Amino acid sequence: MSGDQTLLEVRGAGHRYGDRYGCRDVDLDLWPGEVLAVVGESGSGKSTLLGTLSQRLSLTEGSIHYRLPDGTRVDLSEISESAVRRLWRTEWGFVHQNAADGLRMHVSAGGNVGEPLMATGWRHYGRIRAAAAQWLERVEIPVDRIDDTPATFSGGMRQRLQIARNLVVSPRLVFMDEPTSGLDVSVQARLLDLIRSLVTELGLAVIIVTHDLAVARLISHRTLVMKDGRVIESGLTDRVLDDPQAAYTQLLVSSILQG
Amino acid sequence: MTQPILAVSGVDKTFTMHLQGGQRLPVLRELAFEVHAGECVALGGASGAGKSSILKMVYGNYAVDHGTIMVRAPGGVIDIAAADPRRVIAARRDTMGYVSQFLHCVPRVAALQVVAEPLLERGVPTTEARDRAAELLTRLAIPERLWALPPATFSGGEQQRVNIARGFAPELPLLLLDEPTASLDTSNREVVTELIREKLARGTAILGIFHDAEVRDAVADRVVPVEMFAAPAGAAA
Repeated sequence: MSGDQTLLEVRGAGHRYGDRYGCRDVDLDLWPGEVLAVVGESGSGKSTLLGTLSQRLSLTEGSIHYRLPDGTRVDLSEISESAVRRLWRTEWGFVHQNAADGLRMHVSAGGNVGEPLMATGWRHYGRIRAAAAQWLERVEIPVDRIDDTPATFSGGMRQRLQIARNLVVSPRLVFMDEPTSGLDVSVQARLLDLIRSLVTELGLAVIIVTHDLAVARLISHRTLVMKDGRVIESGLTDRVLDDPQAAYTQLLVSSILQG
Repeated sequence: MTQPILAVSGVDKTFTMHLQGGQRLPVLRELAFEVHAGECVALGGASGAGKSSILKMVYGNYAVDHGTIMVRAPGGVIDIAAADPRRVIAARRDTMGYVSQFLHCVPRVAALQVVAEPLLERGVPTTEARDRAAELLTRLAIPERLWALPPATFSGGEQQRVNIARGFAPELPLLLLDEPTASLDTSNREVVTELIREKLARGTAILGIFHDAEVRDAVADRVVPVEMFAAPAGAAA
């Protein structure tokens, strides 16, 4: 965690589905290298918030500012669609809960990792394949599976491949939506450990949505607790989990961490 | 006298149990004490008096209702009670260490790495960090054949010693110790006493909870009687 300039500044952000708000009045700052967890039950608005921040859902109200690598601070609602697409190719990643949503299931593992490189201008096949192989190794996928499609992979391997596909272009900001749920407990632990070490090594800023407080504790610096579309508590992750102030956070902590 | 490393002043702490109908549990009122460089201050008092809560508030792990917790950090004094999370994280990296009663294991990480990690995170070169970790594990009688294994598989006493090695590895101005010798045998207790004395000799300020009177008498310069700062029962702090 370093730098005195924020990467992302969110003020009064909200997204409305028809006449109902999915999330509202959200303020947050994110610095380079910082991992922010967004926790809450299903229906709390955490995935809507992630969608809104990552421009997949429209921003009904409020503002989101992002700092480009050259230090320029841009209002995301004011930049062109092609500029947003460029951010997705070079600066941002999105790790979906269901790996199939973030992978091309019938393209080889090597192709899945190589594609984002080609999209940013890599042309040399040998170099792309070497970079893909290196990333497979980094996410603990045997390199001899490079020509197999993710359709033949286990759930944990697919998720690790999705992470490699996202990180291969060295993004600065990665959004993660419940990346470990739906996996066996032992597979979850391995994946979390991997995410934790990659995030530290690469100095990534991450916004991770999870209903699992243990995930928040293991990998995030700060936590936002959401309920009914609003942030009801936020702070240092271990402070929020060990000395929760809001009634709802106390309920969440007592119902999930015990046992 | 020089400025203290840690100055706690006017600190109140009440726990509000929302799941028990908002019942308020006042624990501390107007807590105040200081710890200077090279000094070991013990928190004294019966269990439930709030000793662990004090360590946790100083570390930023528990919220503070009122008052200030001023910690002298390399970049100036910061008030942990009011600092934003980033500054608390920076203070934990540069200024204060905390040795809890239990090792919070990261799965799959070897004991030697667990101990070396706090050094590596602070930029100590790998070889030096590993040497320092090996030295501490040796002194704390963790057999070398265990170093490559994750501590999750160790006995309770071994885990606690790995935890102590990890907590004592970095050199930070302030060290918080939560019963570092609970469940250790006599010889390991002596090693921990020596480690504490070495830290003090190097100017570390130590705030600790020591149930073991022998260890406390051997290391503590003074005792803060936490009961003196007990919040009156039923009072709204």
